[in-house]
Amino acid sequence: MELCFHCGEECLDETILYSEKTFCCSGCKTVFEILNSNDLTYYYDLEKNPGISPKIREGKYDYLENSEIMGKLLEFDHGTTQIVSFDIPSIHCSSCIWILENLHKLHKGIKSSQVDFPKKKIRLSFSSEEISLKNLVLLLCRIGYEPNISLDNYEERESNVDRSLIYKLGVAGFAFGNIMFLSFPEYFEINEFWLDQFKHLFRWLMFSFSLPVVFYSGRDYFTSAYKGLRSGILNIDVPIALGILVLFLRSTAEIVLDLGTGFFDSLSGLVFFLLLGKFFQQKTYSFLSFERDYKSYFPIAVTRVSTEAGKITEEQIQVYKIQKGDRIIIRNEELIPMDAILIKGDASIDYSFVTGEAEPVAKVSGEKLFAGGRQQGGIIEIEALKPVKQSYLTQLWSDEVFSKDKNSAFQNLTNKISKRFTYAVLSIAVLSAIFWMFYDASKAWNVFTAVLIIACPCAIALAAPFTLGNMLRIFGKNQLYLKDTNIIEQTANIDTVVFDKTGTITANDKSRIEYEGLELTEEEKSLLGGSLRASNHPLSRSLYNILDKNNISTPEDFTEHTGLGLETSYRDLNLKIGSSTFMNSSEILVPERPAEKKNEKTSVHISSNNQYKGCFSFHNSYREGLSELFKELSTDRQLIILSGDNDGERERLSRLVPEGTRMYFDQKPGDKLQFIKELQKQGNKVMMVGDGLNDAGALAQSDVGIVISEDINVFSPACDGILDAKRFRDLGSFFKLSERSIKVIKLSFLLSLCYNLIGLTFAVSGNLMPVVAAILMPLSSISIVIFTTLATQFLSKKLKN
Amino acid sequence: MNIIYLLLAISVIVAIIFFIAFIVSVKKGQYDDVYTPSVRMLFDDELVKTDPENKQPLNKVKSN
Repeated sequence: MELCFHCGEECLDETILYSEKTFCCSGCKTVFEILNSNDLTYYYDLEKNPGISPKIREGKYDYLENSEIMGKLLEFDHGTTQIVSFDIPSIHCSSCIWILENLHKLHKGIKSSQVDFPKKKIRLSFSSEEISLKNLVLLLCRIGYEPNISLDNYEERESNVDRSLIYKLGVAGFAFGNIMFLSFPEYFEINEFWLDQFKHLFRWLMFSFSLPVVFYSGRDYFTSAYKGLRSGILNIDVPIALGILVLFLRSTAEIVLDLGTGFFDSLSGLVFFLLLGKFFQQKTYSFLSFERDYKSYFPIAVTRVSTEAGKITEEQIQVYKIQKGDRIIIRNEELIPMDAILIKGDASIDYSFVTGEAEPVAKVSGEKLFAGGRQQGGIIEIEALKPVKQSYLTQLWSDEVFSKDKNSAFQNLTNKISKRFTYAVLSIAVLSAIFWMFYDASKAWNVFTAVLIIACPCAIALAAPFTLGNMLRIFGKNQLYLKDTNIIEQTANIDTVVFDKTGTITANDKSRIEYEGLELTEEEKSLLGGSLRASNHPLSRSLYNILDKNNISTPEDFTEHTGLGLETSYRDLNLKIGSSTFMNSSEILVPERPAEKKNEKTSVHISSNNQYKGCFSFHNSYREGLSELFKELSTDRQLIILSGDNDGERERLSRLVPEGTRMYFDQKPGDKLQFIKELQKQGNKVMMVGDGLNDAGALAQSDVGIVISEDINVFSPACDGILDAKRFRDLGSFFKLSERSIKVIKLSFLLSLCYNLIGLTFAVSGNLMPVVAAILMPLSSISIVIFTTLATQFLSKKLKN
Repeated sequence: MNIIYLLLAISVIVAIIFFIAFIVSVKKGQYDDVYTPSVRMLFDDELVKTDPENKQPLNKVKSN
């Protein structure tokens, strides 16, 4: 099998030879032609088969001529300079960067372009006099880089990135380094002449460096501790804030009263390490978004037709402006943005997005269509029943779960331990202060503050960020992308896993097709192929894909009966292909089939010259390793399958999954959400594994919502994590790893407690020197970081393939 | 030893200059995309090949 020179796919249907290279389709060839004629073939030298096969639909971008929509998309628009940014999901290699940054060679209207590879974004500066926005987008489409323009782009952009953590880290690091230098002489040299001369200057310099550390870098700890105390929670930030405060006050008192050098070095080091932990935890996958709602899927504009004085006019209109009663045109592959009634055309609506139903539904004019359906086939005309925001699908987003912050309710392990820890530290401090009060009252204050300083739980606060931050990266390398580190802790607590069926445990594209009945003759087969090729129905397409493509005869007569099937003939052969109703209506006897088979959702029957031949049945094909995964998970969790589909697959499914797996069918999006709520009310910790918008409510309601995605660049609904479908089998390992990470954190707590005990013996006995604090504190932090890194690396070895 | 006042002043000023440079570069978004520039800088040499006037070398490279 030859590979396409452009996109690297196998050349299946046809092979095009052009300038000694093979191409899988004319689209790929055209891209090569464009690049070749513009001397941009370096594209192919950079990476092997870097291209993407272009798909252009006629009229798709007509709305870009609408000046209002254009105005919303353009970032800058003045005179001959326009700037626009696009998301291009198909950016994937260095060739992509190169070609997109050399766009100005393709069209002189483009001034410059810059790619942001991690975000898969391009920023283009062009002159609208030379190239219109629409033509610019079409140019991108023609070379295979179709930008993704959705309703999301229409909303106000929030361009301000939060970089405050980097600033805080920078300030703390800067002060930490300088204070270390300044405090170093006093660590060892005591009573040296020159040092005595300068030490006051050094100390006041250190004091001034520590001011921004306490009041700027460490600010979050104070506010978080205050918030925690006010709501009656002793979170980990309480002892940290206490430690920072005591460090600062005691050090200041020491240099004011000329008692010693203070602990400014430990103070800035502490804040620096803590912020480093926060920074490490903050791993983001900038090319993914976990906060999508329907807006990312919906088109920005649609075509409205209006009849005025007998004249039909088509215009592009922003979807929010659609009013009840507007007539809209929906083309092949386009999404219906609001509830509507079909007026004209053959509608075959794919609702997989909304309901999880895998097969498209045929509709005739007068029937109701729901928002979120995707038209497959020809052009249809519909009449809007409701504006976009009031449609059935979009209303799901008005449910309160979408505005609730899941994380606020979750108390993580660190905060759980910090309560006991804070009580212990405070009582040790008070007890030892009381002891010293009687023994040597001058040292009591000293000991009290020293205990609070040395017990500041820096290492404890670092254990979770580094363990979970590492895990997050390891998961990311294995194609499970999680929103934040809390998800790992929550995953370890899950006791109920709920799966969606279509698209989640079944593979979307590959349905298994079986033929049953009398064998077809060669003539019948070749006519079948030819007829299917001519039909646009999705079932015909998938059936055509599995047939032998050699020696196909083109039908002489061909009629498509919408919702029923095809009638086609060639010479003296007449074939009827379609549903059993179609067979019955032509008075062809369809043999009685066993009940189990009858339940199966989809089958295509064939008759030749009014003689019944047999039928192709479509099965869902389940993902590889489904049985093994369910068996693995069912040992200590309950499993539930929640499907929007009918129960045709119940029996086959129950043979695959372990006993005790509950199954529910015909679940609407709202039902799924309620179902998860009920489970949680019973005290279960629920993970929802889903894929489409129909699961969006359930994903948001569950404790952990994971989306299975065939292509992670394609959008998925709001969730806590996105798992590449290829790694579906590894879901069990992810559970195990999450549980083990919690063990690692607990071990690190133990380790840091040991350090604390050593420090406390110094503090309680009343001889905590600044140099001891300055050594002990970073030492404990660094050893925790090393321990957690090694432990997580060791654990993840099992996952690597 | 009074020179130490001057030295301290200089060292602190130099440190602050670099610190400000860091803040400015973060603010300008230089750290927002740390991957693409590393790829982009490898292209520059090759651009010569795609110059419209040098069609010959371009074809040679391809046949290699």
